[in-house]
Amino acid sequence: MSKFHFEVQTEDVTPLSVLSPEGEVVNPDMVPDLSDDQLKEIMYRMVFTRAWDDRAINLGRQGRLGFYAPVSGQEASMVGSVYPLQKEDFVVPAYRDMPQIVWHGLPLYQAFLYSRGHQHGGQIPAGVNVMMPQIIIGAQILHAMGIAMGFKLKKQAQVAITYTGDGGSSEGDFYEGLNFAGAYKLPVIFFVQNNGYAITTPFSKQTAAKSIAHKAIAVGITGLQIDGMDVLAVIKAVQMAAERGRKGEGATLIEALTYRYRPHSMADDTSKYRTKDEEAEWAIKDPLVRFGKYLEKKGLWTEEDTARVKEEAKAKVNEEIKRAEQTEKMTVAGLIDTMFETTPQHLEEQKADFQ
Amino acid sequence: MAQMNMKEAIRDAMRVELKRDPNVIIFGEDVGHVGGVFRTTEGLQKEFGEDRVFDTPLAEAAIGGLAVGLGIQGFRPIAEIQFVGFIYEAMDQMCVQAARMRFRSGGRYNSPIVFRTPFGGGVKAAELHTDSLEGLMIQTPGIKVVVPSNPYDAKGLMIAAIRDNDPVFFMEHLNLYHAFRAEVPEDDYTVELGKASIVREGKDVTILAYGLMVHTAMKAAAELEKEGVQAEIIDLRTLMPLDIDTIVASIKKTNRAIVVQEAQKTSGVAAEVIAQINEKAILHLEAPVLRVAGPDTIYPFAQIEDQWLPNPARIVAAVNKVLNF
Repeated sequence: MSKFHFEVQTEDVTPLSVLSPEGEVVNPDMVPDLSDDQLKEIMYRMVFTRAWDDRAINLGRQGRLGFYAPVSGQEASMVGSVYPLQKEDFVVPAYRDMPQIVWHGLPLYQAFLYSRGHQHGGQIPAGVNVMMPQIIIGAQILHAMGIAMGFKLKKQAQVAITYTGDGGSSEGDFYEGLNFAGAYKLPVIFFVQNNGYAITTPFSKQTAAKSIAHKAIAVGITGLQIDGMDVLAVIKAVQMAAERGRKGEGATLIEALTYRYRPHSMADDTSKYRTKDEEAEWAIKDPLVRFGKYLEKKGLWTEEDTARVKEEAKAKVNEEIKRAEQTEKMTVAGLIDTMFETTPQHLEEQKADFQ
Repeated sequence: MAQMNMKEAIRDAMRVELKRDPNVIIFGEDVGHVGGVFRTTEGLQKEFGEDRVFDTPLAEAAIGGLAVGLGIQGFRPIAEIQFVGFIYEAMDQMCVQAARMRFRSGGRYNSPIVFRTPFGGGVKAAELHTDSLEGLMIQTPGIKVVVPSNPYDAKGLMIAAIRDNDPVFFMEHLNLYHAFRAEVPEDDYTVELGKASIVREGKDVTILAYGLMVHTAMKAAAELEKEGVQAEIIDLRTLMPLDIDTIVASIKKTNRAIVVQEAQKTSGVAAEVIAQINEKAILHLEAPVLRVAGPDTIYPFAQIEDQWLPNPARIVAAVNKVLNF
């Protein structure tokens, strides 16, 4: 009689990389097919995003921005995961994922208005297929699943992509969204940015699972783990997942291993839960350095380019924050009018108190 | 015209809308192939196909999220939550996501969703099948709340709810599904959301009720009639927004009122109705407005349900209190 083995029978996963930290191609079969101009554009966006993050933190300290979740370190995951998408694909972000919706078409000044707590920040322009950032961790997973169901029912070969962090993978909504997507075989990409911490709680306290990618097994969808500091790996993984979705092959869970160089939010102090050694170890993996080296070797990028893009970003951010600050102020009556299509009598009466 | 019970009237409303608008879509646990645990959607999948009427995995939050996502894509989802007590699992999607969609996107997106759920006591159901949770919903800005009490209203309100471009929480009383039949037009018509109806005219006291309590109040009114008291009964029909004009007009006539709700006494609809009467008609009142409601306990065990729920005798007693104040 054979014994029961009290072990989950799963293989260890190895994160997929395309580039080494020195910018050498380590996985030639997985290099995405991109032109020189496209490669330069990707670098431009990553450098811009880093500079924007730097500037946003200063603007926050000056009181010119409100709620802001820093992004430095996650540029490869953020820029790379929307770059291969089509305009008609839908991007469904969590609160940290402002870069993805901006690169998918949301004007930057509206991102700033969202941060400042102005309703116009959420008035996504027509034709830009993004949702507003989601504060309730996990809710966006379900919306992306529903949006993907819409694509399937309308027989449109589009995909939805949604984001959460490592902490978010513990939510019930995370499991439910993945499970529905599996059961209905929906064209959706669940992109988890595992930066090792949910505020102060390390990943080891979220789950005993070996990886978040393993969680795909529970719902019968495809899961893979990638190096989230390697923009070419991110692009390749999303390209493949999007292609699966468009061909009706269902959902993909992508776990990108990444790191945030800055605190969780402006109210967080990383020195209380992270070590200098750990931070130094991840600094070596900086996605901008790695991809920059790759491009330099190809003769497509120089340090001067980086300096130039930083200046451009700074000027653009200054222009857009001014535009945000000059946006017409909200009124309570105006808010009341956006509650329902037709304002009910009790709300019409309440408007009078504010006029 | 046809004779229909309330369940058939609700099904007929959904059929009319499935036929009229290709974006109308129905889903939930067991609503497809078998047509729902109460057969409210019976035959609809067969008639309209699995892309329009389909079963979901057993997860209420995801049913709510599916509705919100499909709403973004231009569909008009009718999402069923099998029993009222299970809405807690879907509260974020209903009260946070759907209810706030238009507001937080400044009108860019909306949630044209009907969340259907059966509720209501008197059928000796298991735990958490019959609670009256409308109070949770009426205090959530952005979602409308509808509770029909008869087949005609049920069909007209359901069609209006489906056509509404904002989320509607549609509560169907278990004790009224098969209670009686009434004449219901076979073609399409609507009963406007936010409008109450005077179901019995009277001059001495106004009884405000909804759902099964409309019928309980009718029984009480028949008793009161024997004592020479003419009670006016208003069926609120929509709890959010309330039809305050109809309520105030009645109170100007009768000068006395009580509110009857099956839910527990504290807060809920009755407290809101009384507050609005105080704001708008206090000078027309000869007595305070009293409440007849369930006691502030958890919904009772099945065997003691009949003693817990408001009954005609308690309504008669409350009316006599306001008459003799």
